[in-house]
Amino acid sequence: MSDSSPLRGVIVSHAAVAQALVSAVSVITGIDGALTPVSNEGCGTDALAERLNKAVGSGPAVLFVDLPGGSCLTSSVRYAKQHADIAVVTGVNLAMLLDFVFHRDVAPAEAARRAADAGGKAIRVTAA
Amino acid sequence: MSLALYRIDDRLIHGQVVVGWGQPLHCTFIVLVDDEVRASDWEQDLYRMGVPPDMEVIFASVAEAARQMASWQTDPRVGILLVDTAVALVEHAPQVHTFNVGGVHHRAGRTERLRFVYLTDDEAAKLRQLAARGVEVTAQDVPTAPAIPVGDFT
Repeated sequence: MSDSSPLRGVIVSHAAVAQALVSAVSVITGIDGALTPVSNEGCGTDALAERLNKAVGSGPAVLFVDLPGGSCLTSSVRYAKQHADIAVVTGVNLAMLLDFVFHRDVAPAEAARRAADAGGKAIRVTAA
Repeated sequence: MSLALYRIDDRLIHGQVVVGWGQPLHCTFIVLVDDEVRASDWEQDLYRMGVPPDMEVIFASVAEAARQMASWQTDPRVGILLVDTAVALVEHAPQVHTFNVGGVHHRAGRTERLRFVYLTDDEAAKLRQLAARGVEVTAQDVPTAPAIPVGDFT
């Protein structure tokens, strides 16, 4: 990746899902600072945009959104349209984040594709 | 059954609407009335992403909504109508007699009226004016919560 800023992951969720995922990644990997949680709790469109702006900062980022629709996604896509080097992935899960924090030396779009693949592979129906 | 819910919600289509209300109401169509969204293809695509494929989404301007309201109100399916603000729609579509204030969030000039409703004094006054004209206005974020009369939060 040509940009010198480290690729950041921002989790955008309802309620406290994002914070819980950040904590879980930290506990499992020992990596802190790669992910930032953003909750839409109590936010209208403008307030959520402000939270996103603060969480992303100036560097490239992947926005991990909880649902493939709704206010978290609409705000994230609007943000990505207005800023360079931002990719958006929906359906965030712990598996994709665990993969992401170890593979941040690529461009946001590539990191997003990789994370989506890792997250999708983690969804299985297991034998009883 | 027609339109089962007329909702003021500045997030428009989101989980609380599609799942929280849509499931218990057995809603199969959503009417999103917003002039800006009506004019933006990518925003329509974005809002459509949050809706199951078997649920139709109709995007309308306020003027279009005024013309189509009667057909939506007699549609055999169950629908939800969403607006960011009710005043313009009621001006153009007086056959709307009820509004659920579902989510109006904080921004400059607004103060907290309920956990999920922030209004300027002018916005609060406009809701009271709607009520005075015979429109039933209550605040209720999800179906399991009590409906709060307009006089109790404005």
